[in-house]
Amino acid sequence: MSTPKVLTPTESSTQLKWFAAIVVIGYAAISLIPIVWIFMTAFKGTATAISYPPAVFFDPSLEGFVNLFTTRSRQSAEYLAQLPPPETWWEEIVRQNDQVIAGPSPFFGRFLNSVIIGFGSTFIAIVLGTMAAYAFSRFKIPLADDLLFFILSTRMMPPVAVAIPIFLMYRALGLSDTHAGMIILYTAVNISLAVWLLKGFIDEIPREYEEAAMVDGYTRFQAFRKVVLPQAATGIAATTIFCLILAWNEYAFALLLTTNRAETAPPFIPNIIGDGGLDWAAVSAGASLFLLPVLIFTLFLRKHLLRGITFGAVRK
Amino acid sequence: MADIRIDRVTKRFGDVTAVNALDLAIKDGEFVVLLGPTGSGKTTTLRLVAGLEKPDEGRIVIDGTDVTKAQPAERDVSFVFQQYSLYPHYTVYQNLAFPLKSPLLKWSKPEIDARVHEVAGMLHIEHKLKNKATELSGGEMQRVAIGRALVRRPAVYLMDEPLSSLDAKLRAELRVELKRISVELGATILYVTHDNVEAMTMADRIGVLNHGRLEQIATPRDIYQQPDTIYVAQRLSSPPLNLVDPSLFGIEAPAGTSTVGVRPEDITIGQPSGVEGSTTLVERLGAETVAVLQVNGTQIQALVDPQATIGEGETVRVGVAENAPMFFDRDGRRIDAPRAGG
Repeated sequence: MSTPKVLTPTESSTQLKWFAAIVVIGYAAISLIPIVWIFMTAFKGTATAISYPPAVFFDPSLEGFVNLFTTRSRQSAEYLAQLPPPETWWEEIVRQNDQVIAGPSPFFGRFLNSVIIGFGSTFIAIVLGTMAAYAFSRFKIPLADDLLFFILSTRMMPPVAVAIPIFLMYRALGLSDTHAGMIILYTAVNISLAVWLLKGFIDEIPREYEEAAMVDGYTRFQAFRKVVLPQAATGIAATTIFCLILAWNEYAFALLLTTNRAETAPPFIPNIIGDGGLDWAAVSAGASLFLLPVLIFTLFLRKHLLRGITFGAVRK
Repeated sequence: MADIRIDRVTKRFGDVTAVNALDLAIKDGEFVVLLGPTGSGKTTTLRLVAGLEKPDEGRIVIDGTDVTKAQPAERDVSFVFQQYSLYPHYTVYQNLAFPLKSPLLKWSKPEIDARVHEVAGMLHIEHKLKNKATELSGGEMQRVAIGRALVRRPAVYLMDEPLSSLDAKLRAELRVELKRISVELGATILYVTHDNVEAMTMADRIGVLNHGRLEQIATPRDIYQQPDTIYVAQRLSSPPLNLVDPSLFGIEAPAGTSTVGVRPEDITIGQPSGVEGSTTLVERLGAETVAVLQVNGTQIQALVDPQATIGEGETVRVGVAENAPMFFDRDGRRIDAPRAGG
């Protein structure tokens, strides 16, 4: 029998490492399986998507994606027989189900609405949030603590709790089903998160930086832009991702306040109806595509997220 | 270059009066050191001159222009902060070039480049120009911070304990360097420190601050030899000034004397005129030796000859050199000497 190895407080035992690995892998599996499921379903084709027991191995098909982007009509065999042979691969997929393409589906427009509203509201929330956070961090504002609490209090109930007053207000103001209305709404919801998160990051940046710049001939705004913003980049990146995810995924208000012109993808995707019910392959294809922008955006900002908070040249 | 006039300036932070009706005039090309402990208002004074704080009362005039309400950028001053405050997202070169790229100066690229190299050479940091500011040692960072103040030719240089974070050797080097630069440039410098040696070696005049008030301003020599108050005398004494009752050494004191101040170097040991005392501790510091003595129950510190063979627990005769005692009244004001300097 060997004597047990004595560990220093910073070392962990092999068993503990194994345990940690199992917890992490287990958590990752639970989180990722639904996403893998959606990606798989997107490529299953309409029929296989609803087969029981669920198919784990299948012939991949782009039928879900074709159905997502098109509207189709079913035709008789005689009508299909007299048609010229299909010119494109998507027409071929559609014909196999005795259908022809009637036109594009609204999906692309809905997706574009999501991009405009999601990124637009995030951008505005971050710009306003950064400036407000800077002001709260640097200036003596009367009742600053009360104002900050008020800003935070807007997040103390689920936004949907005020859905009906907002619905009525929006109808009266003509903001229902408009891009501007949705951008205003998501900005309002996100701005408290942005102010609070960014204030923490900006508090960490020593004032000496701006003061040095101001003495050296820069105005406060120039000092803010040249000195504070680059150092707040990490915080701004993190906050941007949080705000974008919230605005991008918002479902309830989008369902309630938009119908057509400004409808975003989240309320649209689950309602893609195929022959005899929901077209799960198309729904999954939509959900998969819908994940991509946030995923790409997060990967794009990853280097800022990981680069840690200012390890500046200021002695503390 | 320019002169500075601080005219009865008061600055309060809530209930705390950081600077209290301060009057201070700094001549063109003068190197003035403000000396004081933490909380004496010296940094606030500097920040008021820079425009980083606005005074509650009083006026600040730089080069004949009232700048009391002017923005920092409009004042044509440069500031070396106590903390390095280099921009971590910039290289050393970019840090040094930053003041020259200000929208107020319209310097061309080659002009900026030449000036940055000139200053970097002066401070021996030329080989670090391409490094990120975060990749420097403490001494290098501080030299870059000083360099950033020197790249421009502002009316006034303001320095807030620029050497305090450095090790002793580097501090001594930069002290000499700063004095040399100030003489070469003929710069008007207002410099803040709590370090007596920095003040004594670099200053043309030293201003001693106490609770936001200027206790005295005079040349290093005058402020040491002719302090106006106990506070100033204590501030510049190391080892600490001996404050004794006039009766202790039987010194003939002027009327109204409540305390006699004797500097440790003015205590004599072994002279027949002295009174009896005993040594409790002898600190041999190399160049100097400090003897701690007990005389009639009062502790006295004396600076003695390092060669002396004085030991602990010995009985010695302790006296005071002639003309050395300083007499202070009940309020700590000097009553025996004419006001020096000024």
